[in-house]
Amino acid sequence: MKTTTFKALALSAATSVATLLGSAAQAVEIEYWQYFFDARVTAMEQLIENFEAANPGITVKMTHFPYADYRTKVAAAIPAGEGPDVVQLFYGWLNDYVDAELIQPLPAEAFPAATVDAEFFPMVQAMKDGDQYWALPTAVRSLALFYNTRLLEEAGVEPPTTIDEMMAAAAAMTKRDGAGNITQVGMTAGMTAQDHHWWREGLIRQMGGEPYADDYTTVTYNSDAGLKALEMYVGMATGDDAITAFGFMDEPQAAFKAGRAGMHIDGSFRIGSLNKTRGLKWGVTELPATADGTRSNYSSYWVNAITTKAEGEKYDAAVKFMAYVTSDEAMQIWLDVVGELPAKPSVGLTEANANNETYGPFIRGLAYANTTKFANESAQRQLMVEMVERITLEGMSPADSLAMAAEAEQKLLDEYYAK
Amino acid sequence: MTLFRDLTIKQKQIVWAWAFLAIPVLFYGIIRFYPTGNAILISFQDWNLLGARTWTGLDNYQKLFADPVFWKVFKNTFVYLLLGTPISLVVSFFIAYHLDKTRFMHGFLRMLYFLPFMTSAVAMAWVWRWFYQPVPIGLFNNFLSTFGIPQINFLNSTTNALPAILAPAIWAGLGFQIIIFMAGLRAIPQSYYEAARIDGVSNWTVLREITLPLLKPTIVFIVVFSSIGFLRIFDHVFNMTTNNPGGPLNSTKPLVLMIYETAFTSFDMGYAAAQTVVLFLVLLVVSLIQLRILRDG
Repeated sequence: MKTTTFKALALSAATSVATLLGSAAQAVEIEYWQYFFDARVTAMEQLIENFEAANPGITVKMTHFPYADYRTKVAAAIPAGEGPDVVQLFYGWLNDYVDAELIQPLPAEAFPAATVDAEFFPMVQAMKDGDQYWALPTAVRSLALFYNTRLLEEAGVEPPTTIDEMMAAAAAMTKRDGAGNITQVGMTAGMTAQDHHWWREGLIRQMGGEPYADDYTTVTYNSDAGLKALEMYVGMATGDDAITAFGFMDEPQAAFKAGRAGMHIDGSFRIGSLNKTRGLKWGVTELPATADGTRSNYSSYWVNAITTKAEGEKYDAAVKFMAYVTSDEAMQIWLDVVGELPAKPSVGLTEANANNETYGPFIRGLAYANTTKFANESAQRQLMVEMVERITLEGMSPADSLAMAAEAEQKLLDEYYAK
Repeated sequence: MTLFRDLTIKQKQIVWAWAFLAIPVLFYGIIRFYPTGNAILISFQDWNLLGARTWTGLDNYQKLFADPVFWKVFKNTFVYLLLGTPISLVVSFFIAYHLDKTRFMHGFLRMLYFLPFMTSAVAMAWVWRWFYQPVPIGLFNNFLSTFGIPQINFLNSTTNALPAILAPAIWAGLGFQIIIFMAGLRAIPQSYYEAARIDGVSNWTVLREITLPLLKPTIVFIVVFSSIGFLRIFDHVFNMTTNNPGGPLNSTKPLVLMIYETAFTSFDMGYAAAQTVVLFLVLLVVSLIQLRILRDG
């Protein structure tokens, strides 16, 4: 009797220990890293919650950093065996991450290349190497023209569809004080924000030019089209009939949020923060076309990838998580929360999304969008900033300034691709 | 243990001294000298933070000396130094000299001058950035426009931006220099002043013949200290020009900001390290020259 009780006790103890160990082994925690942007963090929290509910036993820990520190931290953590199992990176960084062995290819069984090719928008194919994908986006971005509904009504103009209409509407909304200073701009401007994308992939192509050739390794914007685009752009802020001022209210998006700007070109990621701005009534329309109807847009995206740190059960969990964040459901959530466009036509081009008042203009813009392959985006943007400053602050002619910028950018690209 | 017991008292003292010194020595070795040596090493290499380091010899230095932006930045750094150090020295001495003679609310006034030094440079830079904005938000320009005066481009100008950024940087450092000057002034024995007063010497002569010569060690310290500060200026510039760091057209970019951008936006660590080595040498040379001149003279 005594021994049986003891045996039973021992048995039950052993079983419960085994159960404990078993559940401990099942609870896998993987880490996800992205840079800090309010809406993106909120959206990812929702995705993680849904994913954890569908996959009991897997928990996902999200860590985010200011954009400025992001790359440094990723680079330091992964080789040390710390940090993320799934990481978010900009499409332009893929080569650097692959070369440094920070990420591993997605398994072909779970992400067959043929299926991805068929299901995603074609620009995603830049992430493909042979029959394997290195990384996949949840969302893509494009540009559109935001307008302040109240200011438009006050000036008695309609949302513009062509560049000429946009200029006229902007002129009608520009206000000046007694000393002649602009106190309300018809249109924001600043190469430091999204305008350098608009100029590169939008205006130059609309004027009949090509910004780059040879898969973005050769600068070709030092042309008539490039000059026309630059003169038009700088012309908006110069002369007595200027409809904008560079550096007005510090930042273009700040001026628009404060209701001091009639129109503003920005990316789909701005929707979330504009929605939160109290008292601002705004609408959005496609980037203006030329008189003959030519349109062009810029698109970019962030991707998620599995790092080389993820192994064993963490790897399996990471694959499941990747599958979820690239699912139709995740894309719809990302669209609703962040305002970034679904990376699959199956979600993006649904009746509801493509004709949505807010997202529609961006999604329709994807049809004629180009993706710049940057070697060093901030340095290349800086060249555009300086190109405009040489004209506005130092009085250089647009043609000379354009030539200098093209030469400097070519040098930068040559150095990057020579490595 | 017997080993220690056999030592003479003198030797034991040395062992103890080194035992206590071990902590700062280790600290300096690991936290200061190892990264410094490493930075010098990286300056001869090519490294993008992610991949492997490759040896490139003097390439980074050749690129640096051929880079027009570097020379522009080099000039800016010295403009910060040559404007910042004398102005802050004169202003802080002037304030300290008069504050020292003031009895009314002395402590309170001293605190007011010291307050900016304790304030976060980032917060201060953003407030000044707002002051400098064009209408309709900038404080200064709104003031001008109420009188119908055309606005001044403070930050969006290749000529005005550097002085506009330097002004709050000088103001922020003033409190510290005033405190040091006042301590220096207090350290001068009163008997010299009493003797001068008995001889009926003018205030100006007292200042020139007694106060300034006896303040020399204080002045040397402040000049060297503030020079290093202005040569390393970063936070004011970066925070007042974040959209276009060091702009417009690099007219406000100091060397440290160029290093930061090369390292953390272009990820060209080798090139950044070469710039760092140049900054190190500049700081070394400037400090040595100042010590030599101000000590001997």
